[in-house]
Formats: sequence, structure tokens, C-alpha cells
Amino acid sequence: MSALTWSNMRSRVRESKIPPVYAILLIVFVSAIVLDAIFGRGQITSGVILTNMVVRSVALGIVAMGQTFVMLAASIDLSVAYLISVTAVMASYLMQGDPARVPLAVAAVFAIGGLVGLINGLIVSKLKVNPFIATLGVGLVLKGILNASFETFVGAVPRSFQTLGYGTLGPIPISILVLLAVTLISAFVLSRTRFGSHLYAVGGSEITSRLSGLRTDRVLILAHVVCSLTAVLTGLFVVSRLRSGAPWVGTDGLYDLESIAAVVVGGTALSGGKGGVIGTLAGVLIFGVLDTMFNQLGVDTFLKQVLRGAIIILAVASYTVRSKEKAA
Amino acid sequence: MAQISTPAQERSLWDRFIIGLRNIAPIYIVLILLLIGIGTQNPTFLEPAGFLNLLRRAAPLMVLTAGQLFVIVTGGFDLSGGSLMSLTVIGASLLINNDPANTWWAILVLFGIGILVGLLNGVIVSYLNVPSLIATLGMLLALRGAGLYWTGGAPRGYLTDNFRMFGRGWLEPFPVIERFPYAVLVLIVVSAAAIYLFNQTNLGRQLLAVGDNPRASRLAGISVEKLRIIAFVLSAITAVIAGILQGGFGGVNPDAGEGYELQAISAAVLGGAVLLGGRGSMGAAIAGALALEALFTLLNLLGLPKPLRDAVQGLIIIGAVAYAAYRSRRTR
Amino acid sequence: MFFKNVKRPWFLIFALVILVLGLVACGGGAATTTEEPAAEEPAAQEAAPTQEEPMAEEPAAEQPVAAGLESDAAQVKSEFFSQEQYDRSMRQMTMTPEGPADQPWIQMLDNPEMVDTSQYAKEGPYTFCFSNAGVNNPWRVVGWTTMQAEADLHPEIAELIHVDAEGSDEKQIADIADLVASGNCDVLIVSPNTTAALTPAIEQACEQLPVVVFDRGVFTDCPVSFVQPIGGYAFGEAGARYIIDNCSEDCNVLALRILPGVDVLEERWAAAKLAFEDAPGINVIGVEFGDGDNAKVKSIVTDYLDRFGRIDAVWMDAGATAVAALEAFEDAGQPYPIIVGEDQQDFLVKWQENNLSGIAPTFPTFQWRTPIIAALHIMNGEEVPAVWRLPQPVITNENLDQYVQPNMPPLHYAMCGCENMPDFPERWGGTQ
Repeated sequence: MSALTWSNMRSRVRESKIPPVYAILLIVFVSAIVLDAIFGRGQITSGVILTNMVVRSVALGIVAMGQTFVMLAASIDLSVAYLISVTAVMASYLMQGDPARVPLAVAAVFAIGGLVGLINGLIVSKLKVNPFIATLGVGLVLKGILNASFETFVGAVPRSFQTLGYGTLGPIPISILVLLAVTLISAFVLSRTRFGSHLYAVGGSEITSRLSGLRTDRVLILAHVVCSLTAVLTGLFVVSRLRSGAPWVGTDGLYDLESIAAVVVGGTALSGGKGGVIGTLAGVLIFGVLDTMFNQLGVDTFLKQVLRGAIIILAVASYTVRSKEKAA
Repeated sequence: MAQISTPAQERSLWDRFIIGLRNIAPIYIVLILLLIGIGTQNPTFLEPAGFLNLLRRAAPLMVLTAGQLFVIVTGGFDLSGGSLMSLTVIGASLLINNDPANTWWAILVLFGIGILVGLLNGVIVSYLNVPSLIATLGMLLALRGAGLYWTGGAPRGYLTDNFRMFGRGWLEPFPVIERFPYAVLVLIVVSAAAIYLFNQTNLGRQLLAVGDNPRASRLAGISVEKLRIIAFVLSAITAVIAGILQGGFGGVNPDAGEGYELQAISAAVLGGAVLLGGRGSMGAAIAGALALEALFTLLNLLGLPKPLRDAVQGLIIIGAVAYAAYRSRRTR
Repeated sequence: MFFKNVKRPWFLIFALVILVLGLVACGGGAATTTEEPAAEEPAAQEAAPTQEEPMAEEPAAEQPVAAGLESDAAQVKSEFFSQEQYDRSMRQMTMTPEGPADQPWIQMLDNPEMVDTSQYAKEGPYTFCFSNAGVNNPWRVVGWTTMQAEADLHPEIAELIHVDAEGSDEKQIADIADLVASGNCDVLIVSPNTTAALTPAIEQACEQLPVVVFDRGVFTDCPVSFVQPIGGYAFGEAGARYIIDNCSEDCNVLALRILPGVDVLEERWAAAKLAFEDAPGINVIGVEFGDGDNAKVKSIVTDYLDRFGRIDAVWMDAGATAVAALEAFEDAGQPYPIIVGEDQQDFLVKWQENNLSGIAPTFPTFQWRTPIIAALHIMNGEEVPAVWRLPQPVITNENLDQYVQPNMPPLHYAMCGCENMPDFPERWGGTQ
């Protein structure tokens, strides 16, 4: 009997190290079901809609994993949206619908992504530019180069490449598996590798880490490279869904601000050192559930934006309100 | 701003001249260079009327930057400014409802809304401990929707001439140059007030102290929470003013302030403000905003394709911050 | 020691001087160098037969030289120009549509091929589903309101389920998948965010249920019906033709565009450019992108007035910022130009008040009524046109008065065909 009391459950959950954001995800999801049952058509729990709900979150989810890495290191990356555009456009431009050119194009966009991450990391760590400004600036430069070279949809990806976006393995869409794989690999890197523990150390206190002999610059640069590579993967996923890339696909998807919001909602501290990708996954799924719920209930477009903004603030407030650390 | 480490005695005039130059924030030199650049392309911009036109165009960004700096020096961001500008324009078109008699109370209501938004930002950051980046990002999204939800998707009425006067009208007749834009008048008043608040009052010093070291400020008896809230309210008030100027200049437009928040942050940073707080100069930040606008104008005059303008802007803000970081490391 | 301290700032300032000077220098060159890439584009070459060589070699720094039709912003990429569609549009503008003249939303042009829909026939009541690209501008807000009003006219439509992609391709793809999966929809109406990206999603939807596409098209003919007015070429040509016919010798024309890369807008410019190039006395002094932002457009026009002293005509690819462009003339104390706008009320009111010489080609919002009507035909198993080509009225000095509605909001679009619908004008934000 007593095992089922509320406080007991709470302490159990706390011990099991499930990030608190899962409680929010649960609340949002249950309210979505209830609201849909009352005001909607009660379809939100059907298998297809549930699957679509996750597929909706894949593009944001992949890049949010990378964003988690930089934010754990107390940095931030505002250039991801433009990098997603660059990837989408370059991939479809290089592939030109020819399956034989896929490996080359994929290699090329990952190389570009790695380079952009390296530049971000170098500006932040070596030139000591505040990451907000550094990545905003790099984003503007990418935007400039992109718009100077391309205006609209160019090239196309081959049909076979679209499997990434539309294919299924049995009943499960491949895209969901990709998201899960990225999440698990990220979680593994963060919890089981030296890079992971260094990342938490650098984010926790850069000075202490440096004094204890850690090469903090390298950790920071690597985090930025990882983030850019996930942005590239998101770009590839997006272009496989769209069949062709245009310079606006990344910015129209709001992947920069939304990925930051998803990471923070997922429980990673903006000041670095605390959090992780498992929380981010829940943060991303919250957005997916909200989108689906708003669609099912036919919520007014503008009201949707207001609610989304309010929910981001409330979700983050729910765990910062008790913290002793003052935010700025 | 920059600390001078060498002893003050036995300096030649030349040394003193150089030290004097060093103490001028570099943004002023950049600004002068940009203005010279504009002058070579189109001398009319350096004539009084042309220069006033440039100022009039830059006024909304300059005003918004002044407010943004109050938040930045306390260690925060305010991303909601651009959305609040748009909301001001949309709200004005609804409240005024084509009747000039409504303008004055409509402006009061708009300031009320602005103060409310600022208070909300401040309370969320100070008492709910939500980082300002997230709090104001949420506010950005919410305000963007709120304005259009309020009016059903598009602005409802025309902006009357007496409302638009501030952004569009001229003080006529005016000695020497015939007419003087109201927007520049507003800009001068706001800048003077912001510089006075920032440099001459306790408030300004305390805001800097809060950003520099919140813990020490609290120990010194400063109410950190209250000051942060004040900073956000000031920022929101300037956003409403910027919205009134922008709406006046351009007329009804559902997204009049889009993108302005990032430009204002860039401008403050160009003016030497340090993100995460503790350092900043009001005059330099406002000059930074003018420099940014001058840069756009110059690139425009040069006929560079728009994409290149983005890239140059990106490089310049990175360069400015890298330089400031370099300077602060050197002087520490 | 001291010298060491000051060396870097001077270095930085020096670097900045070089940067600014460099920009000034290359700006002078920009006008001449940008022409190179255009030569590679076959269609652009075709559109711009022979560029005069000496023009490009002139030193540009001394006096304002119009980059005009040679500027980057003026180029028309080959993927945006189809001679066949251009000819088709020009032909259709001269045709008389079939159907009642007072209900242009059910008129048809060009003897369309009719499609048999008996396989979709169904008893009511129906659930219509609509995937909207977004309501992110006033044109779309007016359109969406009109569409809802149309659906309300038909009691057999039990519900119109609406999902809004907020301007994101990726989101709209997911939205369409949701709608199809829900199994609720009897028919799917789509207004695609972009032509290219939405094609795969619509192909998938077509396998499950009848689809009606309108506004922007898709690269597939799987939808049962595609509803669209005549299109961008006709829009652009009408404005340019008016300028050519009404502007005297030596006419300075400023062309204002929103942004590059959007097919509908590119087509408008392509047609206008073609017209301007052949016209004697037309001097296109500049082609600029204004992002649809009033303040930006006003600044651009002010700068051009400063540089060139006089602008005789302003051509626009979309009229949302036409009033801002006119205000730039007012503020500079210059006479109004010949102006190309659109059917937005603030422009029409200004046009009438000041007796301007203007024209307003339209991309009529009444096209939002047609997909509902087409979908109802499909449900009834009646024939619908595979391509439902709607007329594209042009507002001129002669018929201006019938479209000016001072009681409507400034950003209302006059060509909504909604005046006789219930709850007009309140539902559209107007007053009695």
C-alpha cells in the first residue's frame, strides 16, 4: 500500500535519475489526450498519429542533440539553422538526383559541417568571442554565402535517398530509428567517454577545469564540431523529406531558436555543466505533442504561438523556480 | 572604459594624445570611417538634411539599443524587443481605429502594455530564475502571436497622421535647415535620458554592479531582483518608442520590428558592451546602432548584392567582439 | 613597453580603414563585374539579347550609374522562365472567361480539360480537410477568412478541418501525413508552402483521397484539380505595360521586388523585364529587394530619389509596400510617380485620394473560394477542370472607384469576391 503513495513515487523517480522533464512530457501528453477526447476526435492515441508525432520531432531532435553538447559546455550555437540550409542545398545540388553521387555529396556536406563547427569553436575558444555573437556572426556569413550562390530549390536527391525521410523498417519509420540512434550515441558519448566527462567539467567551471590541466579549448571546439555535424544530419533528413533544398529551409523551420528552447526545456542549464540528451529528447517530444495537439484541436494559428511561448517559459520555470542559483 | 596601466607622470604630448584616443571607444572611429565612406559615395548624406535623414532612419534601432544596453549590462538579453515593436504598431492600428482623437490615450495604453511586458520579463527572470535568453525568447514567440491574435490576423485600422508624426513628421519651420524630423528629436531626448540614467545616477552604477558581480552587489545591499526588473522595463519602454517611430515612418505593417532584437544586441556589442554583463557604455552603444545603420547604407550605396551585406555584417560583429575581448585580456 | 600597448588598436583601425576603402573601391567595380555570371544562363541571355559592351566598362565611381537591368537583382534565372507558359498567360489575359461575370471565382478560362470524378461521389455530410501553408501575411489572412465563409455557405460540409504549417515545408509535410492518416477527410485541399518541397507529400496523399491544390502549384498532376489564376507573367506584364504606355520619353523606372527565389514573384519580374527591355525611352535605374518591409522600401526609394533626382515610375512585384514607396515621394517633396500596386485597400484609397496615375494587377483572393466549390463538385461526382484557370482582373484608373472600400482595414484585399457573403464586412475586419 504505502509503496504507492505519491511521495514514495516521487523519491523513486528521483533516484532513478529520470530527468524531471519527463514529468512535464507526461503532463502535456495526458492533457493532450484528455483535451482531444473532449474537444477533438479522440484520435491522438492512434498508432499512426503517434508515429507521425515522433516523425515531426526528428528534424528538430537531431540538431537539438548537438545543441545539447555545446550548451553543456556553456556555449550556444545560433548558426545551426543556416548550416541546415547549406546542407540541404548543397546535398541536393551535388546529388542532382543521381544515386551514385550520394556518398560524395554526404561526405562533402559533413566536411562543410565539420569546418563550420571548427570555425565556431575556434572563434569562441581562441578569440574569446561570446558564443552568442560568434555563432550569430557565422550564421550571417553562411547566409550571405548561401544566398549569393543559390536563390531557390536546386538539384534533387535521388528517390533512394528519400528512404531516410519516408522509409519504414517494418512498422517503424527509419527517421525515428535515426533519432533514437543519435540520442543513444550522444548519451553514450556523454556518460561513458572521457570527452563526455570533460564536457561536463568545462561547462561546470571552465577555470577549475583549466587549472586542473584540462585542455578546455579542445573540448569546446569538439563540442561545436559535434553540434555542426548534427545540424548537417538534420539538413540531410530535411532534404530527403523535401526532395530538394532551398536556402530558406533551415531558417523557416526556426531550428536555431527552437533547438535552444528544446534543450533548455529538456533540463540542460544555459550556464552549462548540467543536463543531458535524454532530457533533450523529452524537450523535443513536448514540441511534437503540442504541434499535434494544436492540429487535432484546430487551435488558432496565432494563439498557437502565444501558447508555445508561454509553455516554454513555464516548463523552464518549473525547475528553475526553486534553484538557489540566480539566472541572468 | 579601458584602464590605463602606465603611470601618469612624464608623458609627452604625443603620448597623452594617444592615450586620449585609446580612451575613445573604437566604435566612434569606426562610425566616422563609415560616414566618410558614405560621403565619398553620396555627399548629400553629410549635408545637414541628408544626415538628419540618416539619423531619422536609424532612430528606431538606436532607441531600441539604448534600452537593450540596460539589460545587457545586468548580464541578460532581451529578445522580445522586436516583437514588442510589431505589437505596438498592430496595437496602435487597432486602438486608434482611424480616429485621430484616440491617438493620445492609445499611446498611453501602448506604454502600459510595454511596461507590463517588461515587468513580466523581469519577474520571470528575477523570481522564477528563468534565464533571460529563454524567458525573452518565449516572450518573443508569445508577443508575435498575441498581436495578430488580438486583431484577427492583420492590422485593423490606419495609423492616423498625428500618431505617425513622431516617426514621419517634421518640425517646421526650423532655422537654417528648414525642417527638423521629430524622430530625431525623440532620439535626442531618449538618448539624453538614457545617458543621464546610465552615467549620472545611482541606478546606472548599480546596474553595472549587478552585471559585474551579482553576489557582491547583493551583499552591498543592492536589490538585484528589483534592478533587473527595472532594466527589462526600460528595455520594453524603448521598444514601444521604437515601435511608434517605426510605425510612424513606414505605416501599418504586421511585422515592423522583425529581426530588430538581434540587431540591437549586435549594435550594443559593437559599442563595446560585454554580453553577460558588467561592462558597457551608453553613448558607444547608441553610436554602435548608428554605425550598423550607416554600414547598411554604405553597402547599399556601393550597390553590393544583399547577401554580401549579411556576410560583411557577420564578420564585423565577430571582429568587434574579438577585438574587445583581446583588449580586455590585455588590460586585465 | 608603452608602444607595445598601443600597437594593436592602431593596427585594427588601420585594418578597418583598408576594409572600408576596399568596400568603396569594390563597390565601384561591383556594377561592372556582376554581369559575368549572367552570360552563362541561357535563358537570361535569350531574354537580354546583346548587352552593350562600352556601358559595362565605364568607370562607375564618379556619378550615379544605374546598375538597372544589369544588376544582380534584375537577373532572371532560367528555371524561372518558360516561354510556353509566358505565351499561355499572355493569351489568357485577352480571353473572355466562361461563367457568370459577377462571380469570377467560378469562371474558367481556356476551355479546360474536364475530369470525370464519379469514382469519388459520396453522400453528405462531408468533412473537408485543408492544409494551409500559413497565414503569415495579410493576403493569406483575407484568403483564409474568405475560404471559411465559403465553406459556411454549404450545409453539406459538416466540418472544415484546418491545419496551419506556419510557413514551414517540413511542418506542412507532417501536417498532410496527419490529415491523411486520421481517416477523417473526404477530400484534401492544399495550399502548398513551396512548389518543389510539397510534391512528394501530395503524391502520397493522392493515393488515399481526392486532392485539390490551389495558389502555388506542385510538380505532379495527381491532384484531381489545380486551381490557379492566370499567374505571375500576366501580373508583371500588366504593370510594366502600363508604365511603358504612360511614361513619356526618357522615363526613369525603379523596380521594387520582395525577395529572390520565389517562383510566383520571379515570373512577375521576368515578364516585366522582358517588356522594359524592348521599350524605347524606358530607363530602369534600379532593381531592389525590399523584403516587403515598409521602412526598408521607403528608405530605398528615398535613396534613389536622392541619387537620380527624379523617378517617373515605380514598378512593384507585389503591392503591399506601394504606399510606403509613395510616401517617400511625399517626404522628399517630389511629384507622385506612375505607380504599380496591388488591390490592397491602403493603396487603393491613396490612389483615389491623390488621383494618381496607377494600376493594380491582382492575384485575386477570391481564388480561396474556388477549391471549396471544386471539392464539392468532386463529392457530387460532377466533372471538374484538371486545371481550373481563374481570371485575373486588373484595377485601372477607370474601374478604381468600385474597389475602394474605406470601411475595410488598410491591408484588406479588394479582390476577395466576399462582398455578398454573410457577415461582410465584420468578418473581414471592416465596419458597416
